[in-house]
Amino acid sequence: MKVNTMADFRARGEKPEVLFWVGCAGSFDQRAQKITKAFATILDKAGIQYAVLGKEEACTGDPARRAGNEFMFQMMAYQNIQVLNGYEIKKIVTTCPHCFNTLKNEYPELGGVYDVIHHTTFLQELIEQGKIKFTDSNEWKGKSITYHDSCYLGRANDIYEAPRKVLESLDMELREMKRCKSKGLCCGAGGAQMFKEEEKGEKRINMERADEAIETKAEFVASACPFCNTMMTDGIKNRDEEVNTSVLDIAEIVAMAIQ
Amino acid sequence: MALIAQLAFSLITGIALFFFGKKLMNIRRNIFLGKSLEIKDAPAKRWSNVLILALGQKKMFHNPLVAILHLFVYVGFVIINIELLEIIIDGIAGTHRIFKPYLGDYYDFLINSFEILALLVLIACVIFFTRRNIVNIKRLRSKDLDGWPKSDANAILIIEVVLMGLFLTMNTTDEEADYLISNLLKPIFSGLDSSTLSAIEHTAWWLHILGIYAFMNYLPYSKHLHIVLAFPNAYYAPLTPKGQMHNMVSIQNEVLYAMQPELAPTTSTAPDKFGARDVMDLSWKNLMDAYSCTECGRCSAACPANNTGKLLSPRKIMMATRDRLEEVGKNLDSNKKFVEDGKSLLHDYISVEELRACTTCNACVEECPVSISPLDIIIELRRSLVMEESNAPVEWNGMFSNIENNFAPWKFSPDDRDAWTKEA
Repeated sequence: MKVNTMADFRARGEKPEVLFWVGCAGSFDQRAQKITKAFATILDKAGIQYAVLGKEEACTGDPARRAGNEFMFQMMAYQNIQVLNGYEIKKIVTTCPHCFNTLKNEYPELGGVYDVIHHTTFLQELIEQGKIKFTDSNEWKGKSITYHDSCYLGRANDIYEAPRKVLESLDMELREMKRCKSKGLCCGAGGAQMFKEEEKGEKRINMERADEAIETKAEFVASACPFCNTMMTDGIKNRDEEVNTSVLDIAEIVAMAIQ
Repeated sequence: MALIAQLAFSLITGIALFFFGKKLMNIRRNIFLGKSLEIKDAPAKRWSNVLILALGQKKMFHNPLVAILHLFVYVGFVIINIELLEIIIDGIAGTHRIFKPYLGDYYDFLINSFEILALLVLIACVIFFTRRNIVNIKRLRSKDLDGWPKSDANAILIIEVVLMGLFLTMNTTDEEADYLISNLLKPIFSGLDSSTLSAIEHTAWWLHILGIYAFMNYLPYSKHLHIVLAFPNAYYAPLTPKGQMHNMVSIQNEVLYAMQPELAPTTSTAPDKFGARDVMDLSWKNLMDAYSCTECGRCSAACPANNTGKLLSPRKIMMATRDRLEEVGKNLDSNKKFVEDGKSLLHDYISVEELRACTTCNACVEECPVSISPLDIIIELRRSLVMEESNAPVEWNGMFSNIENNFAPWKFSPDDRDAWTKEA
């Protein structure tokens, strides 16, 4: 499978339907790279003309802004908007809710106006339009799964249903955790916490959330954010539950079910 | 004698209203010590928020039992106060139930409704008092409430019970009155002669109205102020997605002028401060949030940091902001202008450790029944910490320099950003 960059498209004098914004985790983190590849595979199989920015992509500035470093954020935003506007980007899909939030809500004021969509919404649309076809022997059918709401997708942007609908379209048995949807508990990574030690307390936030997921006794935990994925995986490993429960991104689940 | 009572009543009414008005103006001034922030968009949506969130108390209904009890207290409080109009006119004119001859049956219907509501308020307040002091509810037992806040909450409930009690006593001992609830209470006073009953009625009447005036003047010092500010706070609540942070236009421009110097104006004025170190650096909406806070703790009960034993409590952020603002207000009152007192919201009232614990998950914002954003204040203080004091954990400084040099928060070579495509 060849992944085209915007530069490749430009060289051919063409434009893709959508830009796949990979994000830093999706580009560099070994676990998150699998999510990236899974999503690229789906796009490929669904016949979507997409491109990535490749080496021209840079951090959106989200963690810097949330940590309080507005200068760093503005520098990154300026740079990214120059690149995106240079390629006349109209539509962006991303597998990271943090990138999604920044691109969708925070870049427009700075001159970067795009139609930004999170990959779970995109997948739900592709399924509804029949562009994604599942194999007849749907191995996910009846498997129990609990979906962990990402704060930057849920509360931050009111997206609760799309990821759940994708799981339902696979006839999976969705089990909700005690705290879900608008009440969902954070994994502990947001607000640039991913990049520092947790403050002192009685328990790690990801352990608190992993315990809730384990309580559902679901075989799988679905995530829609590379950072949530890391936090939940670590939490479940810490409880020695990784044999019973695996954490997968919605894109990975779909990729495994696709024709 | 009657004339003296009328004069005394009029005077007390005037004084009570004067001091209440004065304190409200004082609070208004304090709120506008905050930075200007223009909110004029989407009036229709904003009014609908007032109806749904403030008047309709939508978020309270996450817990229907508590919501209904709260609704009794709130509806009771507002509707029974219609009766105040008659009480005040009676007091000034020296009349007794002045509206009764004009309203006829409708008057009886009104008083019957007030009595039922008064009983419901009384019951709800007793239940709330029990919940607060006997039932072990974590958010109501938190150390956030140690001292004055706990006494404040109990004082409100006790005052409400006493006021409702006086209202019902006043009707029960009124021999001409024939109303639903007070009729049930009449046996308590059976055997007393008319003059004793009349004396009790008058005493209850006076204590009731004096109690109302006292409560009215207590309101602005109490968490109970939410009964007023919940409405404007809902109106001015942000309509943007919760994930969207306030843009700092000054920094946006600074970056723009650094990149494109030809756009820079010849007389550029950089702001004197980045982020918020003290209450005056916050927006007036942040400050109104602080005065609107009911200290209910739903925010802290939902906060992942607070849940796992970290120092951060969003409720405490709001209480600290109000405390500091009151202190600044007093400073202004006694010195005419603010005299530097060597203190600030950041550090003296809210510690670095608290701010560092926030995951910006928006759970506190989502929960708040009166449209407060503790997160907004946390972020503004973080901005001051990082940009004014260069005060960040070592790992964050590493993350900043990685973003600057490698365009990613980790130390990977930007050339490897597309390495995954080769394995795809």
